[in-house]
Amino acid sequence: MTSLTTAPAETLIDSSTKFQPERQINQIFRWLTIALAVCVGLVLLWITYSLLLIALPAIRTFGLGFLTNSTWNPVEEIYGVFPQIYGTILSSFLALLFAVPLGVGVAVFLTENFLPPKILTPIAFIMELLAAIPSVVYGLWGIFVFLPAIRPILQGINRAFGWIPFFSTTPGGRHLFGASLVLAIMILPTIVAISRDTMSSLPPQLRQGSYGLGATRWETITRVLVPAGLSGIIGSVMLALGRALGETMALAMLVGNANNANISWFSPASTIASLIANQFGEASGLQKSSLFYGALILMVLTLLVNILAQMVVSRFQQVE
Amino acid sequence: MNPSTRPNSASDTLENNDIVIRTENVSIFYGAFQAVRNVFLDVPKNNVVALIGPSGCGKSTLLRCYNRLNDLIPGARVEGKIAYQGVDLYDPKIDPVEVRRRIGMVFQKANPFPKSIYENVAFGARINGFKGNMDELVERSLRGSALWDEVKDKLKESGLSLSGGQQQRLCIARTIAIEPEVILMDEPCSALDPISTLRVEDLMHELKKQFTIIIVTHNMQQASRVADMTAFFNAEATEGGSRFGYLVEYDKTYNIFNAPKQQATQDYVSGRFG
Ligand SMILES: Nc1ncnc2c1ncn2[C@@H]1O[C@H](COP(=O)(O)OP(=O)(O)OP(=O)(O)O)[C@@H](O)[C@H]1O
Ligand SMILES: [Mg+2]
Repeated sequence: MTSLTTAPAETLIDSSTKFQPERQINQIFRWLTIALAVCVGLVLLWITYSLLLIALPAIRTFGLGFLTNSTWNPVEEIYGVFPQIYGTILSSFLALLFAVPLGVGVAVFLTENFLPPKILTPIAFIMELLAAIPSVVYGLWGIFVFLPAIRPILQGINRAFGWIPFFSTTPGGRHLFGASLVLAIMILPTIVAISRDTMSSLPPQLRQGSYGLGATRWETITRVLVPAGLSGIIGSVMLALGRALGETMALAMLVGNANNANISWFSPASTIASLIANQFGEASGLQKSSLFYGALILMVLTLLVNILAQMVVSRFQQVE
Repeated sequence: MNPSTRPNSASDTLENNDIVIRTENVSIFYGAFQAVRNVFLDVPKNNVVALIGPSGCGKSTLLRCYNRLNDLIPGARVEGKIAYQGVDLYDPKIDPVEVRRRIGMVFQKANPFPKSIYENVAFGARINGFKGNMDELVERSLRGSALWDEVKDKLKESGLSLSGGQQQRLCIARTIAIEPEVILMDEPCSALDPISTLRVEDLMHELKKQFTIIIVTHNMQQASRVADMTAFFNAEATEGGSRFGYLVEYDKTYNIFNAPKQQATQDYVSGRFG
């Protein structure tokens, strides 16, 4: 008790042992966060480990031949997922083919003041709603409404361009092409949202610089803004691809689940995810093991795409 | 003073009567807000004209009207007449894109495109459908902006890899490359160190042989060093409380700094301004 106004320095040390609710809460949160992170890591490890463990018999039996074999025969216990890999990659590719130009176009449209804000806001909102629709709803709508609706058009294409291998079969009720179109609608919001963020985060000086040199709006968009935002756009496409590869429900309902890798987009096909969804119920033994092998392949595929996406996106952020 | 009366126009006293840009009773609005009121200002050919004045008096606003960059701002509107070589820039028949090809602009913040140095300079020429020798144009423009020696070995590198001062000279090169007749500069040196600033100022002395330059600057020394003519703007509050900018005095730079006719100019150039 030497001074009333300034407390001696020792009280600083004392104060750390005093009860301080805020400090306490900080501590609790710190530990909670660490515990959660560890838990998530453990779950991830668990999943990977069990996938590997259960897939092991199939990996032993079929080796890498599993990837190139087209048989799925539970009676003779011979399994291969070539048609599924083909279907997975092709359906994703076709979905991107439609969704990327459309998505980037919409993103540019939404950021470059083509429309008054009164119209823009609802459009952006609708785009976000599109992402909120459950995939089973897309599947149901696809099968009873969308596919029947486009069938005459596809039949027309088949009649006119049937000599092109991709259109060479008569489109039936379900086919890879129709499934890919629905998939395109499903991944559109991802592409729009991220591309739009990218475009609107570009420095406005870039726009001014381009206009100031006598570029038209179109030249500014195609030659300056899109190239400047390219890594972000590529990142959005990668994320969308990741979603497309793993999409299960809608594809299981729409793709036709035919175990063949037909060159024609109009024929029924299958994907890894839809194969698993269709077979897990009655699978046991080597069949179950093969499904897990397929799951493992799918996981590696999406993991690679995601890592690639992260790399591209982070490179973009560095430029910022 | 009454800002709507025509301030002393120095252009009649000029030997060089070749006027590139004529500003006649120009008022500029952002929506209902009048940012700039009743400006008369004639820009003689091959001169450097400096626009000075306190922040918010509408220098950038006026500058952007000279190449119709204000068209990009929703709600921006120009009244009065801006004539470029006798042609009304705001005539409905005028294509603003074409205007910007003739009247180039360098911005306050260096804004190179995220492309190579070479492509940055070539950009304007490419979109203009330039048919000549691109390598030669790029070299000439980079020499013109005193950057060639520093970048000639790394033309393929990103324009963003340059220092701030180099980036600004790259932006000047980019503007020279479209071979405009007028170059507008909005505080081009405000982010540069003194040495880079001097470089750009030297450059302006070179450039004015070929171009006409209008520069906005907050740096009095800079204005007195580079400008042939100086326009002093001030801002005044209206009854409603909003502020509008107006031209106080426009004269030869020497007169503005040494024998201003208006008290406000005297106060501002001598640093007695709030
Ligand atoms: N895009 C815009 N929309 C609405 N008002 C604007 C816009 N740009 C500028 N203004 C207003 O116009 C007036 C003049 O602004 P301007 O940027 O031309 O000033 P300035 O003289 O260039 O100032 P500084 O020296 O700080 O750059 C200010 O009151 C500003 O708020
Ligand atoms: Mg300004």
